[in-house]
Amino acid sequence: MVQFTLPKNSKVRVGKTWPRPEGRNVRKFQVYRWDPDTGENPRVDTYFIDMDKCGPMVLDALIKIKNEIDPTLTFRRSCREGICGSCAMNIDGINTLACIYGLDEITGDVKIYPLPHMPVIKDLIPDLTHFYAQHASIMPWLETKTNRPAKEWRQSIEDRRKLDGLYECVMCASCSTACPSYWWNGDRYLGPAALLHAYRWIIDSRDEATGERLDQLEDPFKLYRCHTIMNCTKTCPKGLNPAKAIAEIKRLMVERVV
Amino acid sequence: MADVNRGKRPLSPFMIGPYYRPQLTSISSILTRITGNALIAAALLIVWWLLAAATSAEYFAVADAVVRSWIGKLVFAGSIWAVWYHYLAGLRHLWFDSGRGLDIPTAERLGWGVILGSVGLALITITIL
Repeated sequence: MVQFTLPKNSKVRVGKTWPRPEGRNVRKFQVYRWDPDTGENPRVDTYFIDMDKCGPMVLDALIKIKNEIDPTLTFRRSCREGICGSCAMNIDGINTLACIYGLDEITGDVKIYPLPHMPVIKDLIPDLTHFYAQHASIMPWLETKTNRPAKEWRQSIEDRRKLDGLYECVMCASCSTACPSYWWNGDRYLGPAALLHAYRWIIDSRDEATGERLDQLEDPFKLYRCHTIMNCTKTCPKGLNPAKAIAEIKRLMVERVV
Repeated sequence: MADVNRGKRPLSPFMIGPYYRPQLTSISSILTRITGNALIAAALLIVWWLLAAATSAEYFAVADAVVRSWIGKLVFAGSIWAVWYHYLAGLRHLWFDSGRGLDIPTAERLGWGVILGSVGLALITITIL
Protein backbone atom coordinates (compact mmCIF):
# COMPACT_ATOMS: atom_id res chain seq x y z
CA MET A 1 0.00 0.00 0.00
CA VAL A 2 1.08 3.56 -0.62
CA GLN A 3 2.82 4.78 2.48
CA PHE A 4 4.47 8.11 3.18
CA THR A 5 5.69 7.86 6.76
CA LEU A 6 7.66 5.41 8.85
CA PRO A 7 6.01 3.23 11.48
CA LYS A 8 6.40 4.38 15.08
CA ASN A 9 9.25 2.00 15.93
CA SER A 10 11.19 3.09 12.82
CA LYS A 11 11.23 6.88 13.29
CA VAL A 12 14.81 8.06 13.20
CA ARG A 13 16.16 10.03 16.18
CA VAL A 14 19.26 12.11 16.69
CA GLY A 15 22.06 9.91 18.01
CA LYS A 16 25.49 10.33 19.44
CA THR A 17 28.04 12.84 18.15
CA TRP A 18 31.54 11.40 18.24
CA PRO A 19 34.59 13.60 18.96
CA ARG A 20 36.02 15.72 16.16
CA PRO A 21 39.67 15.08 15.36
CA GLU A 22 42.28 17.76 14.77
CA GLY A 23 43.09 18.53 11.14
CA ARG A 24 42.18 20.95 8.40
CA ASN A 25 40.34 18.52 6.15
CA VAL A 26 37.71 17.09 8.51
CA ARG A 27 34.45 15.82 7.07
CA LYS A 28 31.13 15.07 8.80
CA PHE A 29 29.44 11.68 8.37
CA GLN A 30 25.87 10.95 9.42
CA VAL A 31 25.23 7.26 9.70
CA TYR A 32 22.01 5.36 10.44
CA ARG A 33 22.26 3.11 13.49
CA TRP A 34 19.92 0.54 14.94
CA ASP A 35 20.80 -1.89 17.67
CA PRO A 36 18.45 -4.90 17.93
CA ASP A 37 19.51 -5.55 21.52
CA THR A 38 18.29 -2.28 23.05
CA GLY A 39 14.81 -2.12 21.57
CA GLU A 40 15.24 1.63 21.06
CA ASN A 41 14.34 3.49 17.88
CA PRO A 42 16.93 3.91 15.12
CA ARG A 43 19.19 6.95 15.41
CA VAL A 44 21.67 8.85 13.27
CA ASP A 45 25.18 9.09 14.73
CA THR A 46 27.58 11.81 13.68
CA TYR A 47 31.22 10.99 13.04
CA PHE A 48 34.13 13.18 11.95
CA ILE A 49 36.96 11.92 9.79
CA ASP A 50 40.23 13.58 8.85
CA MET A 51 40.07 13.13 5.09
CA ASP A 52 43.85 13.47 4.76
CA LYS A 53 44.07 10.08 6.50
CA CYS A 54 41.19 8.31 4.71
CA GLY A 55 40.83 6.42 1.43
CA PRO A 56 38.78 7.86 -1.46
CA MET A 57 35.65 5.69 -1.31
CA VAL A 58 32.63 5.73 0.99
CA LEU A 59 33.55 2.19 2.10
CA ASP A 60 37.01 3.42 3.12
CA ALA A 61 35.37 5.91 5.44
CA LEU A 62 33.04 3.28 6.94
CA ILE A 63 35.96 0.92 7.56
CA LYS A 64 37.91 3.78 9.14
CA ILE A 65 35.02 4.54 11.47
CA LYS A 66 34.74 0.87 12.46
CA ASN A 67 38.50 0.45 12.97
CA GLU A 68 39.34 3.71 14.68
CA ILE A 69 36.23 5.33 16.13
CA ASP A 70 33.32 3.00 16.79
CA PRO A 71 33.79 -0.79 16.43
CA THR A 72 30.06 -1.40 16.94
CA LEU A 73 29.17 0.07 13.52
CA THR A 74 27.84 -2.82 11.43
CA PHE A 75 27.73 -3.13 7.65
CA ARG A 76 28.24 -5.73 4.92
CA ARG A 77 31.24 -5.58 2.67
CA SER A 78 33.51 -8.02 0.90
CA CYS A 79 35.20 -7.47 -2.46
CA ARG A 80 35.72 -3.66 -2.33
CA GLU A 81 35.56 -3.49 -6.15
CA GLY A 82 31.85 -3.56 -7.04
CA ILE A 83 31.56 -7.22 -7.93
CA CYS A 84 30.05 -8.84 -4.83
CA GLY A 85 27.20 -6.39 -4.25
CA SER A 86 27.43 -6.66 -0.46
CA CYS A 87 27.93 -3.01 0.46
CA ALA A 88 24.83 -1.62 -1.28
CA MET A 89 23.35 1.18 0.79
CA ASN A 90 21.66 4.55 0.53
CA ILE A 91 24.42 7.13 0.20
CA ASP A 92 23.74 10.83 -0.25
CA GLY A 93 20.11 10.02 -1.10
CA ILE A 94 20.67 7.40 -3.77
CA ASN A 95 21.31 3.66 -3.68
CA THR A 96 24.76 2.55 -4.68
CA LEU A 97 27.75 0.43 -3.69
CA ALA A 98 29.86 2.05 -0.96
CA CYS A 99 33.04 0.55 -2.39
CA ILE A 100 32.81 2.17 -5.83
CA TYR A 101 31.16 5.46 -4.84
CA GLY A 102 33.75 8.19 -4.39
CA LEU A 103 33.56 10.58 -1.46
CA ASP A 104 34.41 13.36 -3.93
CA GLU A 105 31.08 12.71 -5.69
CA ILE A 106 29.25 13.96 -2.60
CA THR A 107 28.88 17.63 -1.69
CA GLY A 108 28.53 18.53 1.97
CA ASP A 109 27.99 16.03 4.79
CA VAL A 110 27.98 12.35 3.91
CA LYS A 111 24.65 10.72 4.80
CA ILE A 112 24.57 6.94 4.90
CA TYR A 113 21.41 4.88 5.43
CA PRO A 114 20.51 1.24 4.79
CA LEU A 115 18.73 0.38 1.51
CA PRO A 116 15.28 2.03 1.65
CA HIS A 117 12.04 0.44 2.85
CA MET A 118 13.56 -2.81 4.08
CA PRO A 119 13.48 -4.43 7.52
CA VAL A 120 16.73 -3.59 9.29
CA ILE A 121 18.76 -6.37 10.94
CA LYS A 122 21.34 -4.01 12.39
CA ASP A 123 22.71 -0.58 11.43
CA LEU A 124 23.32 -0.60 7.65
CA ILE A 125 22.29 -4.23 7.12
CA PRO A 126 18.85 -4.79 5.61
CA ASP A 127 17.04 -8.13 5.67
CA LEU A 128 17.14 -9.35 2.06
CA THR A 129 15.36 -12.69 2.67
CA HIS A 130 12.27 -11.71 0.67
CA PHE A 131 14.39 -10.14 -2.09
CA TYR A 132 16.34 -13.39 -2.52
CA ALA A 133 13.15 -15.48 -2.42
CA GLN A 134 11.77 -13.39 -5.28
CA HIS A 135 14.93 -14.02 -7.26
CA ALA A 136 14.60 -17.78 -6.63
CA SER A 137 10.96 -17.64 -7.77
CA ILE A 138 11.89 -16.68 -11.34
CA MET A 139 13.87 -19.94 -11.75
CA PRO A 140 17.34 -18.40 -12.22
CA TRP A 141 18.79 -21.39 -14.03
CA LEU A 142 18.75 -23.00 -17.47
CA GLU A 143 15.52 -25.01 -17.90
CA THR A 144 15.78 -27.63 -20.66
CA LYS A 145 13.56 -30.45 -21.93
CA THR A 146 15.54 -31.94 -24.79
CA ASN A 147 18.21 -34.54 -24.14
CA ARG A 148 21.40 -33.31 -22.63
CA PRO A 149 24.03 -32.71 -25.35
CA ALA A 150 27.24 -34.72 -25.30
CA LYS A 151 29.34 -31.76 -24.23
CA GLU A 152 27.80 -28.41 -23.33
CA TRP A 153 24.71 -26.38 -24.31
CA ARG A 154 26.02 -24.37 -27.26
CA GLN A 155 25.05 -20.84 -28.18
CA SER A 156 25.92 -18.63 -31.14
CA ILE A 157 27.96 -15.48 -30.58
CA GLU A 158 24.92 -13.35 -31.52
CA ASP A 159 22.70 -15.18 -29.01
CA ARG A 160 25.32 -14.86 -26.32
CA ARG A 161 25.48 -11.14 -27.00
CA LYS A 162 21.81 -10.82 -25.99
CA LEU A 163 22.84 -11.57 -22.41
CA ASP A 164 25.20 -8.60 -22.24
CA GLY A 165 23.89 -5.94 -19.90
CA LEU A 166 21.94 -8.61 -18.00
CA TYR A 167 24.40 -11.19 -16.71
CA GLU A 168 26.51 -8.47 -15.04
CA CYS A 169 23.90 -7.92 -12.33
CA VAL A 170 25.40 -8.58 -8.88
CA MET A 171 22.07 -8.70 -7.01
CA CYS A 172 22.95 -5.79 -4.74
CA ALA A 173 19.26 -4.77 -4.48
CA SER A 174 20.00 -1.08 -5.15
CA CYS A 175 17.47 -0.94 -8.00
CA SER A 176 14.59 -2.71 -6.29
CA THR A 177 14.91 -0.62 -3.14
CA ALA A 178 15.02 2.59 -5.24
CA CYS A 179 11.65 1.77 -6.80
CA PRO A 180 8.59 3.47 -5.23
CA SER A 181 6.44 0.68 -6.64
CA TYR A 182 8.62 -1.89 -4.88
CA TRP A 183 8.43 0.09 -1.62
CA TRP A 184 4.66 0.01 -1.71
CA ASN A 185 3.94 -3.37 -3.32
CA GLY A 186 7.19 -5.23 -2.72
CA ASP A 187 5.33 -8.13 -1.13
CA ARG A 188 3.82 -9.09 -4.49
CA TYR A 189 5.68 -7.03 -7.12
CA LEU A 190 8.92 -8.82 -8.02
CA GLY A 191 10.91 -5.62 -8.45
CA PRO A 192 13.49 -4.62 -11.09
CA ALA A 193 16.31 -6.96 -9.99
CA ALA A 194 14.27 -10.18 -10.09
CA LEU A 195 12.60 -9.11 -13.35
CA LEU A 196 15.94 -8.32 -15.00
CA HIS A 197 17.04 -11.84 -14.09
CA ALA A 198 13.73 -13.24 -15.36
CA TYR A 199 14.40 -11.56 -18.72
CA ARG A 200 17.97 -12.83 -18.74
CA TRP A 201 16.62 -16.43 -18.79
CA ILE A 202 13.67 -15.67 -21.07
CA ILE A 203 15.92 -14.48 -23.89
CA ASP A 204 18.60 -17.12 -23.36
CA SER A 205 18.58 -19.09 -26.65
CA ARG A 206 19.37 -22.32 -24.79
CA ASP A 207 16.44 -22.08 -22.38
CA GLU A 208 13.39 -24.19 -23.24
CA ALA A 209 10.89 -22.90 -20.70
CA THR A 210 10.20 -19.46 -22.17
CA GLY A 211 6.43 -20.03 -22.24
CA GLU A 212 6.30 -21.19 -18.62
CA ARG A 213 8.45 -18.27 -17.56
CA LEU A 214 6.10 -15.80 -19.24
CA ASP A 215 3.06 -17.62 -17.79
CA GLN A 216 4.49 -17.22 -14.33
CA LEU A 217 4.94 -13.45 -14.80
CA GLU A 218 1.47 -12.92 -16.32
CA ASP A 219 0.16 -11.34 -13.14
CA PRO A 220 -1.13 -7.87 -12.25
CA PHE A 221 1.42 -7.57 -9.45
CA LYS A 222 4.53 -9.65 -10.23
CA LEU A 223 5.30 -7.81 -13.49
CA TYR A 224 2.75 -5.08 -14.08
CA ARG A 225 3.37 -3.04 -10.94
CA CYS A 226 6.27 -1.62 -12.98
CA HIS A 227 5.08 1.83 -14.04
CA THR A 228 8.28 2.72 -15.89
CA ILE A 229 9.38 5.14 -13.19
CA MET A 230 13.00 4.26 -14.04
CA ASN A 231 14.54 4.96 -10.63
CA CYS A 232 16.05 1.47 -11.03
CA THR A 233 18.08 2.29 -14.13
CA LYS A 234 18.97 5.70 -12.73
CA THR A 235 20.53 4.21 -9.60
CA CYS A 236 22.10 0.92 -10.82
CA PRO A 237 25.76 1.04 -9.69
CA LYS A 238 26.69 -1.33 -12.52
CA GLY A 239 25.09 0.86 -15.19
CA LEU A 240 22.53 -1.79 -16.21
CA ASN A 241 19.00 -1.08 -17.42
CA PRO A 242 16.33 -3.08 -15.55
CA ALA A 243 13.57 -0.77 -16.86
CA LYS A 244 14.42 -1.77 -20.42
CA ALA A 245 14.48 -5.49 -19.50
CA ILE A 246 11.02 -5.19 -17.90
CA ALA A 247 9.69 -3.35 -20.97
CA GLU A 248 11.01 -6.19 -23.15
CA ILE A 249 9.15 -8.76 -21.00
CA LYS A 250 5.95 -6.71 -21.37
CA ARG A 251 6.52 -6.59 -25.13
CA LEU A 252 6.94 -10.38 -25.30
CA MET A 253 3.70 -10.75 -23.31
CA VAL A 254 1.87 -8.77 -25.99
CA GLU A 255 3.66 -10.44 -28.88
CA ARG A 256 2.67 -13.96 -27.91
CA VAL A 257 -1.02 -12.99 -27.76
CA VAL A 258 -1.21 -10.85 -30.88
CA MET B 1 21.78 -18.79 13.10
CA ALA B 2 20.99 -16.78 16.20
CA ASP B 3 18.44 -14.21 15.21
CA VAL B 4 17.10 -11.73 17.68
CA ASN B 5 14.10 -9.47 17.40
CA ARG B 6 12.92 -10.47 13.93
CA GLY B 7 9.40 -9.23 14.64
CA LYS B 8 10.31 -5.76 15.84
CA ARG B 9 12.72 -4.78 13.11
CA PRO B 10 12.42 -1.17 12.03
CA LEU B 11 11.66 -0.23 8.44
CA SER B 12 14.55 1.65 6.85
CA PRO B 13 13.75 5.23 5.76
CA PHE B 14 12.60 5.62 2.17
CA MET B 15 10.66 8.87 1.72
CA ILE B 16 11.40 10.88 -1.41
CA GLY B 17 12.87 14.17 -0.24
CA PRO B 18 14.45 13.68 3.17
CA TYR B 19 15.86 10.21 2.47
CA TYR B 20 15.69 9.46 -1.24
CA ARG B 21 16.90 12.32 -3.40
CA PRO B 22 14.11 13.35 -5.80
CA GLN B 23 14.91 12.03 -9.27
CA LEU B 24 13.54 13.45 -12.49
CA THR B 25 12.40 9.90 -13.22
CA SER B 26 10.34 9.49 -10.05
CA ILE B 27 9.03 13.07 -9.91
CA SER B 28 7.78 13.08 -13.52
CA SER B 29 6.07 9.76 -12.80
CA ILE B 30 4.38 10.78 -9.55
CA LEU B 31 3.22 14.06 -11.15
CA THR B 32 1.26 12.01 -13.68
CA ARG B 33 -0.76 10.51 -10.84
CA ILE B 34 -1.09 13.77 -8.92
CA THR B 35 -2.37 15.67 -11.97
CA GLY B 36 -4.74 12.83 -12.84
CA ASN B 37 -6.25 12.83 -9.37
CA ALA B 38 -6.29 16.62 -8.96
CA LEU B 39 -8.33 16.96 -12.15
CA ILE B 40 -11.25 15.45 -10.20
CA ALA B 41 -11.62 18.85 -8.48
CA ALA B 42 -12.12 20.64 -11.80
CA ALA B 43 -14.43 17.89 -13.07
CA LEU B 44 -16.65 18.14 -9.98
CA LEU B 45 -16.69 21.93 -10.24
CA ILE B 46 -17.85 21.77 -13.87
CA VAL B 47 -20.53 19.18 -13.12
CA TRP B 48 -21.79 21.27 -10.20
CA TRP B 49 -21.81 24.39 -12.41
CA LEU B 50 -23.89 22.56 -15.08
CA LEU B 51 -26.23 21.06 -12.46
CA ALA B 52 -26.78 24.53 -11.02
CA ALA B 53 -27.55 25.86 -14.49
CA ALA B 54 -30.16 23.11 -14.90
CA THR B 55 -31.70 23.83 -11.50
CA SER B 56 -32.53 27.54 -11.32
CA ALA B 57 -31.26 30.97 -12.27
CA GLU B 58 -30.60 31.87 -8.61
CA TYR B 59 -28.65 28.69 -7.95
CA PHE B 60 -26.66 29.17 -11.16
CA ALA B 61 -25.73 32.68 -10.05
CA VAL B 62 -24.22 31.22 -6.87
CA ALA B 63 -22.29 28.49 -8.70
CA ASP B 64 -21.20 30.88 -11.43
CA ALA B 65 -19.87 33.30 -8.83
CA VAL B 66 -17.77 30.53 -7.28
CA VAL B 67 -16.47 29.33 -10.66
CA ARG B 68 -15.59 32.88 -11.69
CA SER B 69 -14.03 33.82 -8.35
CA TRP B 70 -10.25 33.95 -8.11
CA ILE B 71 -10.26 30.52 -6.43
CA GLY B 72 -12.29 29.07 -9.28
CA LYS B 73 -9.97 30.67 -11.82
CA LEU B 74 -6.95 29.31 -9.98
CA VAL B 75 -8.43 25.80 -9.99
CA PHE B 76 -9.17 25.98 -13.71
CA ALA B 77 -5.81 27.51 -14.62
CA GLY B 78 -4.10 24.73 -12.63
CA SER B 79 -6.34 22.18 -14.33
CA ILE B 80 -5.37 23.41 -17.78
CA TRP B 81 -1.73 22.74 -16.87
CA ALA B 82 -2.69 19.39 -15.29
CA VAL B 83 -4.56 18.27 -18.44
CA TRP B 84 -1.55 19.14 -20.59
CA TYR B 85 0.90 17.48 -18.22
CA HIS B 86 -1.21 14.33 -17.94
CA TYR B 87 -1.64 14.18 -21.72
CA LEU B 88 2.06 14.63 -22.54
CA ALA B 89 3.15 12.23 -19.77
CA GLY B 90 0.69 9.70 -21.18
CA LEU B 91 2.31 10.04 -24.61
CA ARG B 92 5.73 9.58 -23.00
CA HIS B 93 4.58 6.39 -21.32
CA LEU B 94 3.06 5.14 -24.56
CA TRP B 95 6.47 5.62 -26.14
CA PHE B 96 8.11 3.77 -23.23
CA ASP B 97 5.60 0.92 -23.56
CA SER B 98 6.70 0.40 -27.16
CA GLY B 99 10.15 -0.37 -25.73
CA ARG B 100 11.71 2.88 -26.90
CA GLY B 101 13.35 5.79 -25.07
CA LEU B 102 14.27 3.61 -22.11
CA ASP B 103 17.75 4.92 -21.47
CA ILE B 104 18.33 7.56 -18.82
CA PRO B 105 19.47 10.45 -21.09
CA THR B 106 16.47 10.01 -23.43
CA ALA B 107 14.00 9.40 -20.58
CA GLU B 108 15.20 12.54 -18.80
CA ARG B 109 15.05 14.63 -21.98
CA LEU B 110 11.48 13.41 -22.50
CA GLY B 111 10.77 14.18 -18.82
CA TRP B 112 11.92 17.78 -19.19
CA GLY B 113 9.99 17.94 -22.46
CA VAL B 114 6.81 16.96 -20.65
CA ILE B 115 7.37 19.45 -17.80
CA LEU B 116 8.37 22.44 -19.94
CA GLY B 117 5.96 21.48 -22.72
CA SER B 118 3.01 21.31 -20.33
CA VAL B 119 3.84 24.72 -18.84
CA GLY B 120 4.25 26.26 -22.33
CA LEU B 121 1.06 24.73 -23.69
CA ALA B 122 -0.86 25.73 -20.55
CA LEU B 123 0.29 29.37 -20.93
CA ILE B 124 -0.72 29.35 -24.61
CA THR B 125 -4.10 27.82 -23.76
CA ILE B 126 -4.75 30.36 -20.99
CA THR B 127 -3.75 33.23 -23.30
CA ILE B 128 -6.11 32.04 -26.03
CA LEU B 129 -8.98 31.55 -23.55
